Amino acid sequence: MARYIALIVAFVIMIGIFAAGLDRDPTKLPSPLIDKPAPEYELPRVMDPLLTTGSTDYAGQMVLVNIWATWCAGCRTEHEYLLELAGRNEIPIYGINWRDDRDAALSWLQQLGDPYVASAYDEDGRVGIDWGVYGAPETFLIGAGGNVMYKHVGPMNEATWQGEFMPRIAAQTGATR
Amino acid sequence: MIPEIGHFALILALSLAVCQSVMPLIGAHRNDAALMSVAGPAAVGQLVFVAVSFACLAWSFLQSDFTVLYVANHSHRALPDVYKIAAVWGAHEGSLLLWILLLAVWTVAVARYSSELPRAMSARVIGVLGLLSFGFLLFTLLTSNPFERLIPAPANGADLNPLLQDIGLAIHPPILYTGYVGFSVAFAFAIAAMLTGHLDQAWARWTRPWTIWAWMFLTVGIALGSWWAYYELGWGGWWFWDPVENASFMPWLAGTALIHSLAVTEKRGLFKSWTLLLAISAFSLSLLGTFLVRSGILVSVHAFATDPARGLFILIFLGIVIGGALILYAWRAPGMDSAAGFRPLSRETFLLLNNVLLVIACTVILYGTLAPLLYDVFEWGKISIGPPWFEFAFALPMLPLTLLIGVGMHTAWRSQAFGALFAQLKIPGTIAIVAGIAVPTVFYGRFGLLVSVGAIAGFWIMTVSLLQPLRSWRRAPGTPGISRSALGMSVAHFGVGMFTLGITIVSAFTVEADLSVRPGETVEVAGYSFKLTDLNNVQGPNYQALEGEIEIRKDGKFVAELRPQKRTYLVQQSPMTEAAIDAGWNRDLFVALGDPLGNDAWSMRLQYKPLIRFIWLGALIMAFGGLIAASDRRYRLQATAREGTAALREEPA
Repeated sequence: MARYIALIVAFVIMIGIFAAGLDRDPTKLPSPLIDKPAPEYELPRVMDPLLTTGSTDYAGQMVLVNIWATWCAGCRTEHEYLLELAGRNEIPIYGINWRDDRDAALSWLQQLGDPYVASAYDEDGRVGIDWGVYGAPETFLIGAGGNVMYKHVGPMNEATWQGEFMPRIAAQTGATR
Repeated sequence: MIPEIGHFALILALSLAVCQSVMPLIGAHRNDAALMSVAGPAAVGQLVFVAVSFACLAWSFLQSDFTVLYVANHSHRALPDVYKIAAVWGAHEGSLLLWILLLAVWTVAVARYSSELPRAMSARVIGVLGLLSFGFLLFTLLTSNPFERLIPAPANGADLNPLLQDIGLAIHPPILYTGYVGFSVAFAFAIAAMLTGHLDQAWARWTRPWTIWAWMFLTVGIALGSWWAYYELGWGGWWFWDPVENASFMPWLAGTALIHSLAVTEKRGLFKSWTLLLAISAFSLSLLGTFLVRSGILVSVHAFATDPARGLFILIFLGIVIGGALILYAWRAPGMDSAAGFRPLSRETFLLLNNVLLVIACTVILYGTLAPLLYDVFEWGKISIGPPWFEFAFALPMLPLTLLIGVGMHTAWRSQAFGALFAQLKIPGTIAIVAGIAVPTVFYGRFGLLVSVGAIAGFWIMTVSLLQPLRSWRRAPGTPGISRSALGMSVAHFGVGMFTLGITIVSAFTVEADLSVRPGETVEVAGYSFKLTDLNNVQGPNYQALEGEIEIRKDGKFVAELRPQKRTYLVQQSPMTEAAIDAGWNRDLFVALGDPLGNDAWSMRLQYKPLIRFIWLGALIMAFGGLIAASDRRYRLQATAREGTAALREEPA
């Protein structure tokens, strides 16, 4: 009889694990870059191919780096929020337009609005590889020292900003003060 | 209007599912013939309404009715009609509907071909299937209604995921699902047996053909899925140990064990509680697979759009169905096993070993699939278990299994004399060892211990599988030949041998090269020269593509011209690699176009894959073996016997 009970107990444990797992987000992958220097890059801008933008533009500043593309549905979802966040002037947002078509990216920014200080045009996705991007949108929090403090996968919204980004920003600015 | 009819038909089907489960189950309990007789007609009625619902959804796709949210999200006007139909099951809601439709088809088949079953038994089986159907219908109606409207309608749809716009996808899910769902029949038989509290050899004889049919569909479905992944995902692998692949493979392993265990229960009346547990497991693993895929609890390339509410519903359903079955099992199984014995060297021992090894393999894969979740829940950090882990962990139980198959199939029931067994097997054993060492060395120019072990296992199973059919072919006139079920076993095992050989050779001798090629340039891979003769832009119905023309020659002789494409689907703007493959019985040449590298150069992935076709061919032969075994006289005999008694009764006294 004991083995039959054991079977049922094992099954109940499995169901318990599943129930616990339902609340978790499997896409929350830690980035190996956390607390490491953010990869450097220098790319043409989306708005003007003759100008470049890159990691030197925000040296010494705390910024968000947002990986986006016009083909990505999540980017469209978060776009409204990014505009709002940029409007609050809390933190500069730099964009990396990842594996995209320049014309599409241009009309996206013109029609929907441009939350970015500048967007780099990463046509072949090389910079995305350096950054360990596995799917747009992804948003990196870069500290004033140039280290990656946090990486968020998926669309940004107020809840993530308040819950994940703000505490880290507060901790960092508190520490440097 | 049409979508509302579909929605309404689904609700009617739900009501009928209630009748189909409650009334026959109560009827069987009270021995009330009137209540039991509801089972068949209710099952037929349910099938009709589910089919109407399915047809309504298909019609909405064909008409590009974008007021239906599901259609708007997964179709497009420019999508070819065949993919509009395939899009019906291209995402969560529709694939659930397909699942329910197939369950209804299986149920009606059981109702139709179960007239030789004791009445209470067939009423219980159909009642249990009705309960399952009720659960899935409720799930669909509450969380995943495919007929939800979208007002105002968009001008055009969001298109079907380009990965899924392929004939392999159009056909493999229905076949795979038929297999998955088919295990519900064995499950229902097991529940019915436990409800009555008694299980005899006749029960095993009824359950066996149903299990074999389901297993066959699952085998073909998995093989097609693997083939689809091979040419469509574009990087030349054929199995990725992705959670969704594992979800289809685990029920297959449990089902394979079940078929073998049923053989013992049918022939010898042994392993009864074990057989019941396997019948529960095979279907539970199918359900588990559904849960894993639909809840978004694991990351997978196959995972559909996910929703925690759906996950919770399936989890509760899973808990009720599997938990209920296990409790029933704990209550009934202890009294069932009979004490008939067998000798250590006997067919029973080998089938027991087969079962143990298959269950170990299945458990290992279950662990590997769930480990990332386990680590996450207990906050031990994130882990990712990759193909090397699975390959190693899976090979451990499989290698002894491949060697034991050959011995087991020539061992007698009850007791076997060692000398006679050895005399039978020494010739095939010698052939296998010689061929297993010679073939890699001679044809592929390299000797390796692991390769030879794999090749010996493959040749061993193939040669021993020929023994029985050969003996039957050369038998003295007038003596009985091999039975269908023994022939089916030989054929299926021959397939296992081909499969083993294919995997061994392809994993040892594949040549892969990622090269930069300019138009007009020639590169050499594995003795073949690949020349990129031209690059063109081509226009498809809903995509644009860049097409390379590659001429392949061997020793100056023309072999093939391949045209791999790099497609951009216009609606979703996603790039897709369409690999081109020159298939041969003994090797595939695989060409995929990569990204432009500048200066006119393109990256190209070129692969030489020896004997890769043996993998899928082996799987198809396994399924064909199942078909032969399922058509055995024994199973048809019941039908003829019934007709016979009917004829007797009609004779005037």
